[in-house]
Amino acid sequence: MGQAIAFYTLAAFILGFAVLVVSTKDTVHSVLFLVLDFLFVAALYVLLGAPFLAVIQVLVYAGGIVVLYLFVVMLVNLKRPPEAHHDPHRRTTLGFGLAIAVLLELVVIGVYQTVGPVAAAVPGPAMPVTGNTEQVGWLLYTSYLIPFEIASMLLLVAMIGAIVLAKREL
Amino acid sequence: MIDHFVVPLLKILVVLNATLVAVTYMVLLERKVIAWAQSRLGPMRVGPYGILQPVADAVKLMIKEDITPVRADKWVFTAAPIISMVPALIVYAVIPFGPEVSIFGRKVTLYITDVNVGLLYLVSVASVGVYGIILAGYASNSKYPLLASLRASAQLISYEAAVTLTLVSVILMSGTLSMVGIVNAQYTKHVWFVFAQPIAFVLVLIGGLAETNRAPFDLPEAEQELTGGFHTEYSGMRFALFFLAEYANMIVVSSVVTTLFLGGWLRPFPNVAALSFLGIVPSWAWFLIKSFVFLYIFIWIRATLPRYRYDQLMRLGWKVLIPLAIANLVVTGIVKVLWLGVGG
Repeated sequence: MGQAIAFYTLAAFILGFAVLVVSTKDTVHSVLFLVLDFLFVAALYVLLGAPFLAVIQVLVYAGGIVVLYLFVVMLVNLKRPPEAHHDPHRRTTLGFGLAIAVLLELVVIGVYQTVGPVAAAVPGPAMPVTGNTEQVGWLLYTSYLIPFEIASMLLLVAMIGAIVLAKREL
Repeated sequence: MIDHFVVPLLKILVVLNATLVAVTYMVLLERKVIAWAQSRLGPMRVGPYGILQPVADAVKLMIKEDITPVRADKWVFTAAPIISMVPALIVYAVIPFGPEVSIFGRKVTLYITDVNVGLLYLVSVASVGVYGIILAGYASNSKYPLLASLRASAQLISYEAAVTLTLVSVILMSGTLSMVGIVNAQYTKHVWFVFAQPIAFVLVLIGGLAETNRAPFDLPEAEQELTGGFHTEYSGMRFALFFLAEYANMIVVSSVVTTLFLGGWLRPFPNVAALSFLGIVPSWAWFLIKSFVFLYIFIWIRATLPRYRYDQLMRLGWKVLIPLAIANLVVTGIVKVLWLGVGG
């Protein structure tokens, strides 16, 4: 009961801040709402019993990436209102169509999950370690080793790409 | 009931109040020590040897006029000091001041909580504290604060990367992220990590100075070039909040360095039975003494070293500290595997 109340409160805050992110006129305020949103998502992870994921969420998203957003927004100084900017290539109908498609998909998944046959809970692999951090590490280096390595590879490529872009002559 | 609500609340109350008192007296200590370094007396008027100066300062700051510039972004301007103060205080939740002791016949741990991800929690909360400075500079809508906050964000991001990379090698040594676990690891491994990880110790100390915007890395508030830095437009209690946050962060950095490298609450050479008479001093006192040494060093450095130039600061961060941190991590990993085997 208490968990449900906490979950729905957090979910309401997350959705509310997400709406504010896209509806606020001031770009910096928008970025700030994004930070709040990420913090509440972290709280959701804590509620799910995943403290490691929660602190990583705060460290990487709220504390790292969004600081860079803020940096960029402050540097380019977007003071003009968004109405002044009309993109002739903007495809409003296509965007709405895609949004509706995604929404339908989510609804179908949700309905199927509640109405459809209940899949038997698959027991996770037996882990020789206890503690949230240790378990995340164990899973990453055993069951999910290949996705983990691919993600590291992608990040390495992105890093090299950034260096190549930033350095005119190497 | 008592163990779940009353004791933790009491601990939080004690830690928060002790921190705030310590912070105000840190300001006095800094003024005194710098005065001695410069052959002056420092504050002498309020109370004997100026001992009541923090009280006078607090009263002054509270009754001062609180000005919000007309062109400031009001919401963000109000939120910025709070955003920088709150992370500085909530990190005390995971700092272990001592082991389990019994007070009035009840077993009480001398830390608020011992979470599995303690060290990461600390790093992540510190990374949120950056917003206070950035937003203060932006919201003031004024040239100098904006410049200062841009500098600050670049500096903090750079040094955060170096410090976090360095902490990984400490985690490799201890095998745990829990702050209490790290102290216990230094007991079971018979070595303070300052001896096992001297490079990491120096890197974290330098990074800590930069993260708290202390001299010689106090570029975001360089008076000579940026008037007051990011808090130029702030006055009264809001300015005081920034000031207190900086000193609270100093205490945090000292406590963290003590915990990670100097064995936290452990007495010197905790495994040598011949030195067990040192156990007369309670464990929390050892913790406070060690932390105080670092606080003193912080002030000493400020009184001694000139400020870095901005490009020197960035070069030091990216071209010296981060490569050193990575090299240290690689060497630690190799030594650990060779010495202790993969599982060790």
